[in-house]
Amino acid sequence: MSQVAGYPDYMKKLIEKVEETRDRRLREEYRRVTPEEKEELLRKWHPDYRPEGKRPLKVGPSKGLIVPHEVANLIEAYPLIDPRQIDLSRVDYDVDILIIGGGGAGASAAIWANISGIPADRIMIATKLRFGDANTKMAQGGIQAADRPEDSPILHFIDVMGGGHFANKPELVRRLVEDAPFIIKWLEDLGVMFDKDAEGNMIEVTGGGACRRRLHACKDYTGLEIMRVLMDETLNRGIQILEFSPAIELLTDPDTGAVTGAVLWNLETKEYYIARAKAVVLATGGYGRLHIQGFPTTNHYGATMDGVVMAYRVGARLRDLDATQYHPTGAAYPEQIVGLLVTEKCRSLGAQLVNIDGEQFIYPLEPRDVVASAIIRECYGRNKGIITPTGMRGVWLDTPMIEEIHGKGTIQRYLSAVHRMFNRFGIDPTKEPVLVFPTLHYMNGGVEINVKAQVLNGKGEPIPGFFAAGEVCGGVHGKNRLMGNSLLEITVFGRIAGMSAAEHVKNSNPGKLSLVHVERYVEMLKEAGIPPKRKAPMILPEYRGEKVLSRALPLFTL
Amino acid sequence: MSIGKVEGKEEKKMKMVRIYIMGKMYEVPEGLTIMKAMEYAGYRFIRGCGCRGGFCGACATVYRIGNDYKLYTGLACQTTVQDGMYLVQIPFVPAEKPRYDIDKLRPTASTVISIFPEVTRCVACNTCTKSCPQDIEVMDAIQAIIRGDLIKAAELSFDCIACGICSMRCPAEIVHYHVFQLVRRLYGKYLAKKAKHLEQRVNEILQGKYAEELEKLTKMSIEELKKLYETREIEKVEVIKR
Repeated sequence: MSQVAGYPDYMKKLIEKVEETRDRRLREEYRRVTPEEKEELLRKWHPDYRPEGKRPLKVGPSKGLIVPHEVANLIEAYPLIDPRQIDLSRVDYDVDILIIGGGGAGASAAIWANISGIPADRIMIATKLRFGDANTKMAQGGIQAADRPEDSPILHFIDVMGGGHFANKPELVRRLVEDAPFIIKWLEDLGVMFDKDAEGNMIEVTGGGACRRRLHACKDYTGLEIMRVLMDETLNRGIQILEFSPAIELLTDPDTGAVTGAVLWNLETKEYYIARAKAVVLATGGYGRLHIQGFPTTNHYGATMDGVVMAYRVGARLRDLDATQYHPTGAAYPEQIVGLLVTEKCRSLGAQLVNIDGEQFIYPLEPRDVVASAIIRECYGRNKGIITPTGMRGVWLDTPMIEEIHGKGTIQRYLSAVHRMFNRFGIDPTKEPVLVFPTLHYMNGGVEINVKAQVLNGKGEPIPGFFAAGEVCGGVHGKNRLMGNSLLEITVFGRIAGMSAAEHVKNSNPGKLSLVHVERYVEMLKEAGIPPKRKAPMILPEYRGEKVLSRALPLFTL
Repeated sequence: MSIGKVEGKEEKKMKMVRIYIMGKMYEVPEGLTIMKAMEYAGYRFIRGCGCRGGFCGACATVYRIGNDYKLYTGLACQTTVQDGMYLVQIPFVPAEKPRYDIDKLRPTASTVISIFPEVTRCVACNTCTKSCPQDIEVMDAIQAIIRGDLIKAAELSFDCIACGICSMRCPAEIVHYHVFQLVRRLYGKYLAKKAKHLEQRVNEILQGKYAEELEKLTKMSIEELKKLYETREIEKVEVIKR
């Protein structure tokens, strides 16, 4: 049911400009930026490059690392619990492998730990919301793997490094691209419904910053399809799932420094649980809900960077957290969906970015940081954006071009999520362009791991019993992730984390449980003069109305 | 200038509408989604809120408007509040997922019906289809299974986000989203043709075809890599071959 009547008249009038130039633009290829232009564009217009948005960390193994204020405020923060209040003598869940996070990385780790010989009832996934409530489900465009004869893992490697400004950890990139075809094959064998032609060949399109068509997709519900198949498989195997129970602190063995479990907190009953494990896999995702620099986000409700906060207290080294991915095309109109993702696949299929005069201003498939910067420049540097009734600025994504290029019905067939989202608000992307502006999408950096998905400490040594995979990690994507490499990262490194954890478990005994690392961290914070009011992890963002909060009396918590 | 921040939103005088959250009246600004309106009213979600973008099915909501007899359904994150809306969320549908080993199943309707016999109780009332916030032809998909057409059922149900509203409305007590999950996996695994180029590439990698060159690349200087990156040839957008 359509709820608002599409665009207001003045915007409809502006769309005429886009229509006027469309025929010409269909034949026009905008030139790509030179390396020098790219650098200047990023430096002047990308939000990461604004010095007032970030600061060096004052404490911990990555002291001095420059991160956004929103990140620093959670890392330089006190625990939610007083370690002395927590009774570690009663273990509620005693398992071989504890996986924290129920998205694609966590599910992949669980399945592969089980395949590697760990019984299902010795593996537990603890997750903040429901199993599968994660950014994985919201990934639309696709998953990269170099599996066409015209393509190779070599080219994939070069694309990933270049997109990441060569700041990536090369050995992780190698695992990413070399395991990619195997991962697609695994998913195909699990029953993921990839888009294929009549002969069974994958239908592949190009993502921004990639030199070959290598995006495998399931319409524009690629992440949803992969996640629900991984969930189905996890449940079929009988792996334990503990929902609505986020980890709020890790546990360590005071003698060895190994990670030996976690304190979980039941969001509904407010009781805590002690989980003991021989290996812990951190798969908690990223930080969209921190709204870095005030941006709206494409991320799910629980994307609050809890994993980075907990891992840092244990001694994990962080990297590349100064690099935030702003997806170039978040919805900018209507207000109800501002910030939600309009998949890059629209551009892969030929939709151009167009300003108020109906003209292109950037090659649509540059890497994401470049396109996002160009859109910001168009709106705020050149004043060629379109202003919405609520004061948002944006540029047109000329979606009707997709139907012109690939034929009528293409949007409904291959971009049904985009089609549905806009039609709910009276806008038909097959006939009208949609208005877009960059939106906070992805945490490029995170906890540093090695090729075995072991979490590294400040000296670069593995922390015993501690593994990580997915968006919580840094290094794979350098300073800027390419489209289609996050679904790939969670499955490639989720699998590795599961296998590595399984191997670790076979040669180890349960460790002691303590929160000494938290006590030590608190001492460090005090020494650094961190204000005591700051607490982390965040767990969930606060969106309640100011009027209500200003009058709220916390007499008792329900 | 504040890039990324919505300008002027605070200054505008907001027009308010009345909504009834489980019967209790709140005044909220018009134009908000149900989800944001509930938060404005003071609710902090634990249940009933997941992706906030129409992909996860956590925020299924049913509502009536004023004294209109009709019971509407929607996702709280994708539906705008209206004056006189009486709403309640249905954040969970009780339905245990049966366990099966996908490797040991045959891709037939009888497999599906043996695991979910209630599928045959469908009375074709079409309530499921009418209640689907994704506008999926739910009943047609169930009927396709009964006719043995799993491919049709898989395709029709593809956009399902498992919100469960259909299953709460179904007089035959079918748990559609679990049924469709099995159907889609059977299709993806057994009925869809395999990608031969994929299998070939996997074998090439297993035989170590790229190992040496990748090893070289991981050790290469940034300057050399930059040169490779800047000079690589870029493939053109091509019309989709279906």
